Amino acid sequence: MRGRALDRAFQVLALLVLCLALAALGALIADVWRDGAARLSWDFLTGFPSRRAENAGIWHALTGSIFVIVVTAALAVPIGVGAAIYLEEYGTRSVAARVIEINIANLAAVPSIIYGLLGLGLFVRALAMGRSVLAGASTLALLVLPVIILSTREALRAVPPSIREGSYALGATKWQTVWYQVLPVAMPGILTGTILALSRAIGETAPLITIGALTFVAFAPDGLWSPFTVLPIQIFNWVSRPQPGFQVNAAAAILVLLALLLTMNAAAIWLRDRYQKKLR
Amino acid sequence: MTPKIRAQGLSFYYGAVRALHDISVEILPNLVTAFIGPSGCGKSTFLRTLNRMNDIIPGTRVEGRVFIDDADIYRPGVDVVALRRRVGMVFQKSNPFPKSIFDNVAYGLRVNGMAGSRSELAGRVEESLRQAALWDEVKDRLHESALALSGGQQQRLCIARALAVRPEILLMDEPASALDPIATQRIEELVYELKKAYTIVIVTHNMQQAARVSDHTAFFWLGRLVEYDRTDKIFTNPAEKLTEDYVTGRFG
Repeated sequence: MRGRALDRAFQVLALLVLCLALAALGALIADVWRDGAARLSWDFLTGFPSRRAENAGIWHALTGSIFVIVVTAALAVPIGVGAAIYLEEYGTRSVAARVIEINIANLAAVPSIIYGLLGLGLFVRALAMGRSVLAGASTLALLVLPVIILSTREALRAVPPSIREGSYALGATKWQTVWYQVLPVAMPGILTGTILALSRAIGETAPLITIGALTFVAFAPDGLWSPFTVLPIQIFNWVSRPQPGFQVNAAAAILVLLALLLTMNAAAIWLRDRYQKKLR
Repeated sequence: MTPKIRAQGLSFYYGAVRALHDISVEILPNLVTAFIGPSGCGKSTFLRTLNRMNDIIPGTRVEGRVFIDDADIYRPGVDVVALRRRVGMVFQKSNPFPKSIFDNVAYGLRVNGMAGSRSELAGRVEESLRQAALWDEVKDRLHESALALSGGQQQRLCIARALAVRPEILLMDEPASALDPIATQRIEELVYELKKAYTIVIVTHNMQQAARVSDHTAFFWLGRLVEYDRTDKIFTNPAEKLTEDYVTGRFG
């Protein structure tokens, strides 16, 4: 009887905590919605920055965010998944491998501004990429790499050994086994981890300001070498203005950023379900 | 008859633990050889040395030699991938890939570059499924998931998958231990059919099964090969007291 009461108490507690977390998120969205919803319009989405709040738009920052995140994914996903495959399937259990492992876990916890400093020194200066989309995306790729590697390894490890054995027993090579059997089974996990990592990157401000992404750009990025800005930086810029009109713009831009994030997370869930259905 | 498989002084180690002691045995072609013995006696470990499946377990080591058709499969430079195509394996727990029935059977052909044209591939898949006595049950749903099949059907699919690459030897590691009596009977009938074309080695826990399906039986105990002879001799008139105690159910 006591066990059951405890069980019940724990259930109620867990529910309360969940409500608290949801309430915080709900309050945030409601607050931003109240401030910014009225400002949302087609003109706002497709407009460029202006000194007059009511004329300002976010087209440059929205396209900048999307462009940067696509390039980040193109850089980080192949490298991250490849590294994870090597560590999980090919790497030996040597001391060096263990040191690398611990370091990757540590890198995942390094503050993002440190990556910004690295990006400034390495990509902007040493590799002379300047304050370009490519430099920003490279910096963000470094930032999300550890997370992608860790989640991919987790997904690979969850593939039942019997599938690998079955493949080897038919005379498949290691690469064939990984490519045809292990990766498809691990794909939902890899996709989920990757998209969650990218949704973190799309909200990053500090490393991009560090590498010198501009806070006022009057054009949409038109190539890898183009200067750029992203939504979080634009929001940061508007919030620090004294005029109330820009506060409203910031709230509206936050709504757009949230929508972008939720879309990405929804895509993660959709892709995961689709893959799982295909496997069943 | 020349033996198909010949092990010579084979020992096997999991790290520091010695799992097999100096096994020497000759396995004849087109017969069914059963490995029996209590859990942990090394019969599965020995089976897995015959297609070097133990290679994928880190920290293991083999001593001694195994010859297949007079070529040592542990000599340096052996192509393990090619070896495993010649020596097929069916596992205790059926492990179909999470793909369609067709793709399960076609996989071995594709990875070994044996797929040929589309119709050749389809022909080989059908032939393999027929050999495994599964064709009639699945011919209308070849492109549905293999995971929707029953346990017994999944195991026969794994047999079809192994047969598709035309191995010479088929290793079966307790292939019926997770199946009900009817599914077990079907697997046993299948083994009887398949020995016409293949050399079959089957590990089993079930002594009646060994007596029913095999021509030769090897009795393992604590990592040693205690006795190896014709199955009727092992079960009716064994030379070793230990074998007699085991087959009459006094331990194990």
